[in-house]
Amino acid sequence: MKRAFRNASFAIGAVLSIALVAVAALSLIWTPHSPYEVNMAAKLLPPDASHWLGTDPYGRDIVSLLLVGARASIVVGMVAVGIGLIVGAALGLLASARRGWAEELIMRIADFGFAFPAILSAIMLTAVFGPGMVNAIIAIGIYNIPTFARITRASANAVWSREFVLAARACGKGAFSITMEHVLPNIASVLIVQATIRFAIAILAEAALSYLGLGTQPPQPSWGRMLSEAQSLMFQAPMLAVYPGFAIALAVLGLNLLGDGLRDRFDPRLARRR
Amino acid sequence: MALLEVSHLQVKLQTDRGPALAVRDVSFSLDRSDTLGLVGESGCGKSMTAMAIMGLLPEQAELAGSIRLDGQELISQGEDEMSRIRGNRIGMIFQEPMTALNPVHTIGDQVAEPLRLHRGVSAAHARKQAIALLDRVGIADAARRIDAYPHQFSGGQRQRVTIAMALACGPDLLIADEPTTALDVTVQKQILELLAGLVAERGMALMLISHDLGVVAQNVARTLVMYGGSVVESGPTESVFAHRMHPYTLGLFAARPALRSKKTERLATIPGTVPELADLPSGCPFAGRCCFTIAECHATVPPPYELEPGHQARCIRLEAVAAARSASAPAVDHPGREQAQ
Amino acid sequence: MSVFLAKRLITLIATLIGASAVVFVVLEILPGNAAQILMGPDASPDAVHALAVQLGIDRPPMERYWHWVSGMLVGDLGQSYAYSTPVRDLILERLALTVPLAVMAMVITTAVALAAGLYAASRQNKLGDIGVMSLSQIGIAIPNFWFAILLIIVFSVHLKWFSAGGFAGWDDGIFAGLKSLLLPAISLAVVQAAILARITRSAVLDVLREDFVRTARAKGASRRRTLWGHVLRNAMIPVITVMGLQFSELLAGTIVVESVFYLPGLGRLIFQSISNRDLIVVRNCVMLLAAMVVMVNFVVDVLYAVIDPRVKASDI
Repeated sequence: MKRAFRNASFAIGAVLSIALVAVAALSLIWTPHSPYEVNMAAKLLPPDASHWLGTDPYGRDIVSLLLVGARASIVVGMVAVGIGLIVGAALGLLASARRGWAEELIMRIADFGFAFPAILSAIMLTAVFGPGMVNAIIAIGIYNIPTFARITRASANAVWSREFVLAARACGKGAFSITMEHVLPNIASVLIVQATIRFAIAILAEAALSYLGLGTQPPQPSWGRMLSEAQSLMFQAPMLAVYPGFAIALAVLGLNLLGDGLRDRFDPRLARRR
Repeated sequence: MALLEVSHLQVKLQTDRGPALAVRDVSFSLDRSDTLGLVGESGCGKSMTAMAIMGLLPEQAELAGSIRLDGQELISQGEDEMSRIRGNRIGMIFQEPMTALNPVHTIGDQVAEPLRLHRGVSAAHARKQAIALLDRVGIADAARRIDAYPHQFSGGQRQRVTIAMALACGPDLLIADEPTTALDVTVQKQILELLAGLVAERGMALMLISHDLGVVAQNVARTLVMYGGSVVESGPTESVFAHRMHPYTLGLFAARPALRSKKTERLATIPGTVPELADLPSGCPFAGRCCFTIAECHATVPPPYELEPGHQARCIRLEAVAAARSASAPAVDHPGREQAQ
Repeated sequence: MSVFLAKRLITLIATLIGASAVVFVVLEILPGNAAQILMGPDASPDAVHALAVQLGIDRPPMERYWHWVSGMLVGDLGQSYAYSTPVRDLILERLALTVPLAVMAMVITTAVALAAGLYAASRQNKLGDIGVMSLSQIGIAIPNFWFAILLIIVFSVHLKWFSAGGFAGWDDGIFAGLKSLLLPAISLAVVQAAILARITRSAVLDVLREDFVRTARAKGASRRRTLWGHVLRNAMIPVITVMGLQFSELLAGTIVVESVFYLPGLGRLIFQSISNRDLIVVRNCVMLLAAMVVMVNFVVDVLYAVIDPRVKASDI
């Protein structure tokens, strides 16, 4: 029973994740209506044939807002995770290759990053530089660096002690080429899994920041901001608050399931008997 | 009445490939002060037999047959009753001393635990007894080290601690499942001597499980050889080792390297591999790998034949085996390769 | 043990100093002249300079940093630019809400997660386990502020059991105060409980596989005694680590959730101060949050050493 469940969740995760990207891509060429056009005559309409989920307080079509909002989530997610992955992995690989005090230092700095959760860093940055998508990306990216640094270092250490690496060193191969040719390919799967999961977390963080007004700014649609606008209308149009949150939850769920499924596939040892 | 009487024990497990009989029709009995060895390769059912006696098999396992402890049937006992028997009337020690102890409790607490569980003694009293036990099993400076943690001890010492734990309540039977396999050879000797001493001192019965013929040879009075879940040969240790009536026993002994053999001589091996439990053929489990196999071997499971008093083997080809054995040199036996397959 | 504690304390202090440096640089040096910002671009240079002297920001950076840190040690955090009240008083007032909120959320999280995780582990691979695992996957995916809004819609708008926001204060009695914190605490707890439940489940399953569990059963310990006496203490080791990490996530979460429920806590204070360009308040609040996280991790480290005797021996 467990195996069927695992396969089902992986499939669901894959489908949801692909749907997320597809929806965002689709929004680049087509949406049912324009998400930017304000039309006060059509404000707060219930769902009908033209507006499948109704309209928001400015007359904008909900479905179109959701579709375009996916873009913000994906862009922020990908770039932020990209930053975290590249910088974090570089630091981790460096720490693992150098060892000794360099490793200690890098790891202490990385640990230090744990004291500042994404929201906190974002707040600090926006306090200084003002709100916006770019600052949100930077804040979330910085937040991801310690995680990737730790995981990279731990996995890289395991590879460094393996025999084929010892053999390469005995042949006189330098640390850099060993890292590139041997260590990196072997830890790639771990990083991919981690990146998928951090992508999900980044989407949540972007939504939270946009909700607070610190992330994606108008007129660019964002699921988080849609929620904050909907909150003031809780009594009149509660459904407005449901749709964007549901979208966020689906996207995050899909990516988490995908990440878990990839982890099981890459390292079946972990999946046994669980 | 025997202390432990196992009759026609059968253990069915659920494996990935379907149900499998891990223990087939195993019968033996043990009196107080008896020592019994169970010998065989991994997967032959020796540990399963021990776990069946202790009632520690996985939930989905099905048991058939009978295990009687002083006349009390154990198979039908509930979990509560078995908890009262384990650690109290039957003690067991396992193979991996490095991981057998809980890292977050002191060894004193762990040795005292069975005393507090079964005898209901106070903590102070249990502590005193624990110190005495640790001292008896050879832990130096027991009074001080009783508050130490397992990670502060070596493998051999940890095994001594597990022996102390198993003996704390003075059980009638001690089951030792590969107690020395994970230890260095010098430590092995010490542990085995300790076990022998304790058994003699307390008049316990000992069931010693091992895949190492050497371990069994010197420490138990009777030996059971197991293969594919059945006991293929059983008898006094000396007799089994000297006569090796069953072809599997013969092959097992032949596979040992001898000091006298020449460097270029290949080690004799038993052809083929041990089949998966779920795939065991009908009839004799050793049929096919055995070079004395005939058609009838595949038909039914051979019943035990008694060639000498107290010495039995489950084989229908015992005369052929005996003939082959006396025809070859005594040092290294090659199961008659000239015989037709 | 004392060596261990000493080492950890030194790391704690070093981290705090580091954090304060970062916070100071980002929030005090980078933004530029605070007096200028406060007065706006049209103010006369003399007025700006006068304000700068009054606020003490015409001094060199190192001096200002030292002034701040030494002030922190004695509890003097300066004056808020916007409210002209001591920052310390502002913060203490807000802490009276945020700390109970965070604690409440942590209590709910722990209770729910440990129960669910243990339950799932005991029903491994059966329906109960799969049910808990599915629920936790969903729980992880839900944004806590969305859940908060949903809770408000159901319990305040429809059922009218709770108010839609605001804090009753402690003056009307503990119960009234706690009631207004309940929905916020639950929203915070949902995600964290889901994560912790999964961790608990896998930690318990891992420990159940260990040899010493078999040893305990062979000694005659019943299933229940084995679980409580042997398994749990070992399983708690990874669980407590995660709980420590979760605390920082929880604090970050209070910032958002306080906004949803209009609670006058630390998070809202930070926000309002950003809008007011009251950077001195922002700086101190952020430092406080970071310090809380660092200290909780310190406590977790110490707890580790108490629970697991191997830690003291091999110092990492």
